[in-house]
Amino acid sequence: MPKGEVAERQFVRFTRLQRILHICMIVSFITLALTGLTLKFSYTRWAAVLSHLLGGFENAGYIHRTAAVVMFGVFITHLVDLYRLKKREHSSWWSLVMGPGSMVPNRQDLSELVATLKWFVGWGNRPAYGRWTYWEKFDYFAVFWGIAVIGSTGLTLWFPVFFTRFIPGSFLNVATIIHSDEALLATGFIFTVHFFNTHLRPEKFPMDITVFTGRMPLEELKRDKPREYEALVAAGKLEEKMEEAYPAIVTRTIRAFAWVALAVGFSIVLWIVYAVLFAYR
Amino acid sequence: MAETRTMGKKDWKGLGGIVVPLLATVFLLLIPESLGHAAASETPQPGSECLACHGDKSTTTTRGGKTVSLYVDGKRFAASVHATFGCTGCHADLEGKDFPHEKPAPVKCGTCHATEQEQHARSLHGKAIARGDTLAPHCVNCHGNHDILPVKDPRSAVAPLKVPFVCGQCHREGTAVSRNRPIPQDNILENYSESIHGEALLKKGLSVAPTCATCHTAHLILPHTDPASSINRRNIAATCTKCHSQIEVVHRKTIRGELWEKQANVLPACPDCHQPHKIRNVFYEQGMANADCMRCHADEKLRRGRDGKSMYVDSNEVSHSRHSKVACSQCHSEVNASRVRACETITHGVDCTSCHDEVGKLYVASIHGQLNGKNDPNAPTCKECHGTHGVLGRLDPQSRTFATNVPELCGRCHREGQRAAVRYTGRQHEIISNYTESIHGTLLKNGLTVTATCTSCHTAHSVLPRTDPKSSVSAANVPTTCGRCHHGIEEQFENSIHAKPVNGSTKALPVCNDCHTAHAIRRTDEDNFRLDVMTTCGRCHAEIAKSYFETYHGKVSRLGYTKAAKCYDCHGAHDILAVADPRSHLSRANVAATCQKCHAGATRRFAGYLTHATHHDPRKYPFLFYTFWGMTALLLGTFVIGGLHTLLWLPRAFQMRRELRAAEAEAAAAIEAAASKESPDA
Repeated sequence: MPKGEVAERQFVRFTRLQRILHICMIVSFITLALTGLTLKFSYTRWAAVLSHLLGGFENAGYIHRTAAVVMFGVFITHLVDLYRLKKREHSSWWSLVMGPGSMVPNRQDLSELVATLKWFVGWGNRPAYGRWTYWEKFDYFAVFWGIAVIGSTGLTLWFPVFFTRFIPGSFLNVATIIHSDEALLATGFIFTVHFFNTHLRPEKFPMDITVFTGRMPLEELKRDKPREYEALVAAGKLEEKMEEAYPAIVTRTIRAFAWVALAVGFSIVLWIVYAVLFAYR
Repeated sequence: MAETRTMGKKDWKGLGGIVVPLLATVFLLLIPESLGHAAASETPQPGSECLACHGDKSTTTTRGGKTVSLYVDGKRFAASVHATFGCTGCHADLEGKDFPHEKPAPVKCGTCHATEQEQHARSLHGKAIARGDTLAPHCVNCHGNHDILPVKDPRSAVAPLKVPFVCGQCHREGTAVSRNRPIPQDNILENYSESIHGEALLKKGLSVAPTCATCHTAHLILPHTDPASSINRRNIAATCTKCHSQIEVVHRKTIRGELWEKQANVLPACPDCHQPHKIRNVFYEQGMANADCMRCHADEKLRRGRDGKSMYVDSNEVSHSRHSKVACSQCHSEVNASRVRACETITHGVDCTSCHDEVGKLYVASIHGQLNGKNDPNAPTCKECHGTHGVLGRLDPQSRTFATNVPELCGRCHREGQRAAVRYTGRQHEIISNYTESIHGTLLKNGLTVTATCTSCHTAHSVLPRTDPKSSVSAANVPTTCGRCHHGIEEQFENSIHAKPVNGSTKALPVCNDCHTAHAIRRTDEDNFRLDVMTTCGRCHAEIAKSYFETYHGKVSRLGYTKAAKCYDCHGAHDILAVADPRSHLSRANVAATCQKCHAGATRRFAGYLTHATHHDPRKYPFLFYTFWGMTALLLGTFVIGGLHTLLWLPRAFQMRRELRAAEAEAAAAIEAAASKESPDA
């Protein structure tokens, strides 16, 4: 942006807390994936190298559990944030869940899914998506599901002596399978489908940094989320959602971080493919 | 005459009853006459007829120009053992001859003393007579003639106290015999007189002390080179032990005396240490013989003619050795001290078994000994390991066989590339370097001499390949061998499922070295051992080891985490038992305590964790199997739906990208057009 020129005003899509939580989530998720998959694919040469880099398996275990605590922290903070949102903007939980900005899938999403599939095969136009598309809602709840499943089994494996006061020892074996396979699912899904859906789509290539800056150009809002844009315009609330864009130095830093995360994510995907397809035991 | 030939030497006492027909009449005539003489005179004179002439000291004759006395002392003859036979008892050819008779024929003592005569004829004295040697002794030279007394009579010429002098007539310095005949010993009488035997006999009057005849015999005197000689190497022990019975018992410290008679060719014989005729009541620590040997062998330039090998002996080395009190000839037997080069009679090398007999037997049975028996040039003998003149005890730090030096000693052949290692076809390689880095080798390097060296396991002298059931390192014997030091471990092991009696299986069961290796034995608390043990157990327990690696303990172990439970942390190491055994670490009663070693507060329910579970076995672990496939289905389903969604999206996404770029280009062009339209105005 040339000096002296007025900064572009952009639409604010994510709050500061949401962006911080997403960054924390990225860091803890990648950490959990790396340390956990090392154990899952312990039979590969990769795992041995990684374990060594992480300072031995014992260290990797500490790192994994620390990252898990961060992940739990992200999850709980988000729940608290939801509670504050409800208190601030909604009269009841029902209103929060069923409101226009809700993440909970509804009939509209179902029809948009059908319309999208039609658009894919050329039977119709691109649907006019609202604030949250159905795949974004899927990703959001996948995290809920993942944290519930991986988190609970993870805690069981973390404190086996405590948990076997209530469950049989062999449930630890079951927990191991669920924990590791669900983690594999989460890792595989995030680093492929989620990366594509939200960051790597050709029209946004090489990446969409909205989730880090929290801002998106108004043009993009009009194009991607026409229904939300129209609703904001109709309500006359668009202008209060506009803020100045970040300076170039900030976006460059963000891109550098995002590239690292992407690279690590893709490397993990390649490792998983290799371990599952070529070295599986 | 026929009867008399059969008479023994003691039969002469009862000769009166056995009458030679020829002499019978003479007897009958002589007895009354002699009795008559006895009655008539104080000194009865048998054969008085002969004494009529021979009793006169002036009776002489001339032989070869010399005047020879023909006097016979009637009194002494009458006192002699032969008196009863009268003169013609021996001089039978003069019977009934007229006086003066001619020279009588030589007396034949053998007529009565046939055995002695025959022995004498075979002896070197008799043979010399046969050769016409005028110096050779006849009966009379030792026994005398007319005055022969019983051998037990102290006045007898051959009474023990006189024998040395009888023999010494010829066998002393200066006599014709000593000067002219090749007799290997010198100063015989002098040396004998000063020896313990001579001193006892001559100075102390101990008549049972050995005389010349005791060792050389009286009549069958033969050179020591004659196998029949009483002083031949083969017989000398028997000769000496006639008096020194059981002397072998006191010689056990130095040599195994009972072998003297069995292996006389190998063992040093009595005179090798106790020189003949010089036998003294002193200890032969250094032995005069050593000085004799060193006359030549002290020369550093001394070489053996045949192959130029140095024959130099460093007396300093010997004197500081374990054998400092052993005479040269005790090892280098077969020497002949009477030769100038006493060693020239040696035909065999040193045989250590003459003293070290037990060890020798072990060696012969060992692989080293077996190879040596086949004349294998690579086979080590005693000296390869123990050295020769400088041999030291294994407790001497300077010794080649001192604990810290043993690996180097064995390594001379068993190090990789050396003689023994090259021909070895088994599994053990880099034996010496592996040992050096092993726990045993490390301890040895730190100076702990009681740690195991090569010989601790393989033994020093009974070394055998492990395939030999008698070997100390055969599979059956390894626990006992290791148990010599690790006794407590052996006790545990012998009661474990790996011990044959407990297991009852005919399959090969592991012993110490199968898990700990033979030479590269490591501390079991070292990381490498802990991480490799699963592979070790997995050599037999393949399936169970594989499933171990599918669960947490195995996975983290594979990543190098040493603290996670390894096979023996749960199953026990040496006291391992079947899980079903109530004494097992994993039995219902003990399993919680076993888990608690790592997992404080672990319960029986905690122990329900399946440490060897696999999700590939639907029958054994159905819930794991179905959980796994349920999760896999979820995973695949999600990826298929997500993947398809993405793939279908791609063409549209590219289309959007193109439209977007086109719109951007259009907008840019519009801005440019507007700008160019505005500029002329400006």
